[in-house]
Amino acid sequence: MQSVWEQFIGLLFFYVDMDKSTNRTCINIGFQVKLKVMIFKSFIVERGISLETFLAQVINGLSLGSIYALIALGYTMVYGIIQLINFAHGDVLMIGAFAGYFAVAILKMPFWFAMLFAMLISGLAGYLIERLAYRPLRKSARLTVLITAIGVSLLLENGGLVVLGADYKAFPLAIVKKSYLLFDGVITITNHQLLIFGVTIAMMVLLQYIVNYTKIGKAMRAVSYDKEAAALMGINVDGIISTTFVIGSMLAAVAGVLLGLYYQTVHPLMGLMPGLKAFVAAVLGGIGIIPGAMLGGFLLGIVEALVSGYWSTNFRDPVVFGLLILILIIKPAGLLGKHMKEKV
Amino acid sequence: MKKKNITTILIILAIYIGVFLLTDVTGIIGPYYQVNIFLAGINIILALSLNLIVGFTGQLALGHAGFMAVGAYVSAVCTMKLGIPFIPAVVVGALAAMLIGLVIGLPTLRLRGDYLAIATLGFGEIIRGLVVNIEYVGGAAGINGIPKKTTWTMLFLFVIITIAVIKNFINSSHGKMCVSIRDNEVAAEIMGVNTTYYKTVAFSLGAFFAGLGGALYAHYFFLIQPTTFTFARSFDILVMVVLGGLGSITGSILAAIGVTFLNAVLVDFGAIRMVIYALLLILVMIFRPQGLMGTKEFNLQSLLGFKGRGGKNAKNN
Repeated sequence: MQSVWEQFIGLLFFYVDMDKSTNRTCINIGFQVKLKVMIFKSFIVERGISLETFLAQVINGLSLGSIYALIALGYTMVYGIIQLINFAHGDVLMIGAFAGYFAVAILKMPFWFAMLFAMLISGLAGYLIERLAYRPLRKSARLTVLITAIGVSLLLENGGLVVLGADYKAFPLAIVKKSYLLFDGVITITNHQLLIFGVTIAMMVLLQYIVNYTKIGKAMRAVSYDKEAAALMGINVDGIISTTFVIGSMLAAVAGVLLGLYYQTVHPLMGLMPGLKAFVAAVLGGIGIIPGAMLGGFLLGIVEALVSGYWSTNFRDPVVFGLLILILIIKPAGLLGKHMKEKV
Repeated sequence: MKKKNITTILIILAIYIGVFLLTDVTGIIGPYYQVNIFLAGINIILALSLNLIVGFTGQLALGHAGFMAVGAYVSAVCTMKLGIPFIPAVVVGALAAMLIGLVIGLPTLRLRGDYLAIATLGFGEIIRGLVVNIEYVGGAAGINGIPKKTTWTMLFLFVIITIAVIKNFINSSHGKMCVSIRDNEVAAEIMGVNTTYYKTVAFSLGAFFAGLGGALYAHYFFLIQPTTFTFARSFDILVMVVLGGLGSITGSILAAIGVTFLNAVLVDFGAIRMVIYALLLILVMIFRPQGLMGTKEFNLQSLLGFKGRGGKNAKNN
């Protein structure tokens, strides 16, 4: 066990040393990294934590974090375009998860079709929420829209409890779980975790492509920058806002189905906590910034996994929300954000 | 003394003596509705304190149950474990909630936008998460056997104090600053209003009274658990504020009473009740965003059609 650690840390030093030889300015940084690694190592060795469990926690964190990142993308896109915290986003995820559940368990669809079906249903839900609840309030005060968003969230949650029942439903194992051992068993990874990474990364690449290289993405960026100017340029602002909601909701549906697969249950209130945490992730990375949401999601997932692995599961949620307050004190614009003056 | 003030005092006394006679003396009102009368009183305190933050200052706070929890737990620990008398214990509980309000409010209220909503929402969860883990306050089982010190007289006194303090705060220059922030934050800042300061003052004052409500709650129901203070309770209070009118004191009072008794009637329909409230909230926001009463104050003279001084004063309030 110890020797594996030595190897792992040796590897880190190797990179640091390489840096040192190529660039003189790195020496100081290299020393700092070395110091940190030493402190880290003594911490790990003292507590008798093995590398295997540590890496297992990191992998857990990364897979949960990629789900958070998917949800955070929906928040950040909607916030970027109409400056609204869409509290109902977590519940759209729940709708997606239930659509996936019904597709797999009752309609007996294959997993990938079920995911498409869930995206379709969630996209529709996102469109309807925007059309019925938020669009009539486009010109209203922010407080009004925010209270409406809370109302929509509560409506979906409790409507879900009434219609779908309050019991936990077992999400069928659409894909049989397998574990792989890598590097002589140092890393254990399941095919579900690989699937979650794969799907998340594919979705992120797709989203980056849509936002940066398509006409609709250009229009979305324009509306987010200046709604009135975009309208004068002939962009259908309402249509673009609807599209943003639909794309965000589809990503939430993917996250919902993956979450169902990960925990193997679905429940009408399942979207509440992941939704809140994904919002924290979005703020952590810088709200309104798409790469920020991804970074924030991954970071939050790892923090959460390490806290529940090495401290206590009970302190997981307080730590996450404490982190939010800490960010708001230190760097309110988020890790990747820049401070912006408000336009009047 | 103005005629209007005399009427107000008479009405207050009539309510106090009326409820006192109907419950403690004659027992005409059964224990179930007696509980709801007390709950209505506590809800008035909570709704008013939230209205100060949401309705008058325009900042959305979603962690009122969290402040309630702080007040409830701190005051319960004070009376049960430290042997402090009831009234100082309630005040200490409220002050603790106010302190926490300052800690949450200072970083988040510096920022423009909706960070307060999410920070307070997260705060509610943190408080619940922490309380579950602290064995000193009973962990997940909560505190049982808190002395039942909240009598009708005590509750009524605190409700009147809350109403008086908040009403006078709103009518003071501090309150006017808060209203200016609600109406247009940028304009208020340009006019020289220290927006962060006034937002924080309003927020911590709201937290203080929420803590007070929680302390009274703990000493009436003698059992508090982490599950007592969930997000659903924060939402209930928000519904009262919105229905009553964002920026109407009498509106909040009436809505607090109305929603409490509606809860009592709909007690068997948990989820459906919340569906109804959520729908109501969305519809009110779309069709009447200022809430049912708006910023108007209910008053007897204008209701009875006397268009004398009372009616005019009502508009100015």
